[in-house]
Amino acid sequence: MTASKAYIAGAFEHPTRKAEGKSLAQLYGEVAKGALEDAGLTHHDVDGFFCDTEAPGLGPLSLVDYLGLNVRHVDNTDTGGSAYLLHVAHAAQAIAAGKCSVALIVLAGRPRTSGQNAEPPVDWNVPDMTFELPYGPLVVNTYGLCASRHMYEYGTTSEQLAWIKVAASHHASHNPNAMLRKIVTVEDVLESPMISDPLHRLDCCVVSDGGGALLVVSEEIARELKRPKVRLIGSGEAVKHQNGGRIDLSHSAATEAGKIAFGEARITPADIKYASIYDSFTITLLMQIEDLGLCQKGKGGAFVADGGLISGQGRLAVNTDGGGLCNNHPNNRGGITKIIEAVRQLRGEAHSAVQVPNCDLALASGMGGWMGSRHGSGVVILERAD
Amino acid sequence: MAQQRVPTTPTTNHENRAFWEAADEQQFMIGHCRACNEPHFYPRALCPFCFSDETELRQASGEGHIYAVSVMRRAPVPYALAYVTLAEGPVMMTNIVNCDFDALAIGQAVEVTFQASEDGTKVPVFQPV
Ligand SMILES: [Zn+2]
Repeated sequence: MTASKAYIAGAFEHPTRKAEGKSLAQLYGEVAKGALEDAGLTHHDVDGFFCDTEAPGLGPLSLVDYLGLNVRHVDNTDTGGSAYLLHVAHAAQAIAAGKCSVALIVLAGRPRTSGQNAEPPVDWNVPDMTFELPYGPLVVNTYGLCASRHMYEYGTTSEQLAWIKVAASHHASHNPNAMLRKIVTVEDVLESPMISDPLHRLDCCVVSDGGGALLVVSEEIARELKRPKVRLIGSGEAVKHQNGGRIDLSHSAATEAGKIAFGEARITPADIKYASIYDSFTITLLMQIEDLGLCQKGKGGAFVADGGLISGQGRLAVNTDGGGLCNNHPNNRGGITKIIEAVRQLRGEAHSAVQVPNCDLALASGMGGWMGSRHGSGVVILERAD
Repeated sequence: MAQQRVPTTPTTNHENRAFWEAADEQQFMIGHCRACNEPHFYPRALCPFCFSDETELRQASGEGHIYAVSVMRRAPVPYALAYVTLAEGPVMMTNIVNCDFDALAIGQAVEVTFQASEDGTKVPVFQPV
């Protein structure tokens, strides 16, 4: 596969974290408008549309109409919170195939205002879940299973996991829109209530309203636009599950997705200047950072400890917007904000306190579903192209 | 013994009903494929390894050890969600019951027992040996 010719031309993160007085569709409209204005395009230019399966109205059907779009390509691939990473890759593939030239990717939700929780509705037709639901699996305790196993296999500690939250809080302190802007310490994390061993409350991401949107465009379109150019040079996707009972929590699907993405981009993990890594929980980030090869397998704890992820002082700047842990996790789906912050870094438009100097290569990684049982990983590698 | 969480009663279908009916009679079954001779969990009509439809339920020993465990503290009644590696090989999601949650550890030997779910139907769970 040759390097893609697709560019991320527009990126917008809704500033709200609590969308009182707004409908869900309105949020979708506002993020779409924001991304189009960022790119310098109009809704008449959009000919491809991407959303998840929670979008109101059978995926794209109602929203395409609400947004007044006239599209010739739609895609509502859903792997949970990582879906938007896959959307970027699929948009690039659709552009390469001539199916569209301006792809709009949207996410919006208001779980905080509506009180809707992160658990999906119970569906006894899901074949594997029938054998799990009697036992009370939730999002948090299935990630807890991963953390307990990681600690057992690699000696990872709660202190090391806490450093992931500490780094996020340092970054969020510079983000006026972040939900949690107060800098926290390792002790704050360890003293927060235990939710499901070994994950404390501060090992968990925020629940926020809002959303985001991206525009993926062809090279011809990108050439006409004024904004700094961000090119997609590699992508990978993978799913991992219970494999008939041969369960292995030692690594995630990011291992496979990362390998594919790095191979396509023809670079190595050591080349990455900035990484956005899905952080629904601290353990989610820790496992991906190892599985992507950004550090040695099993050594993630030491890598993130002592401020390892803090921009300007650590080993690798990660989630400089404050991530899902402190900034935003709109509709319990954090993938799109991962790409948006990577775009900011490559454009040199991150907050000056967290901007990585000469950031020309960035990675964004998403982890959707339940890392402890069935999950989907999406990885994109982006470069500054001018 | 403190109050224990009552498992949710499974809603069954034609494919998985035999497993749950056996459990209600305190028999713990796993999937087995006659074509490739491999055990699997969860039991299903098609073998996940060789795709044969020659699958059947076989009674398992009920012995195993904890592969991973997380005690859900923030619940009306705390409970231990776990993966247990069965003596036959497959790993399954379950609860560890009749135990001191703080003493649970990965590698610990456990055995199957049966607990009444919401409507009284018994489901397989595990307890320390
Ligand atoms: Zn077989």
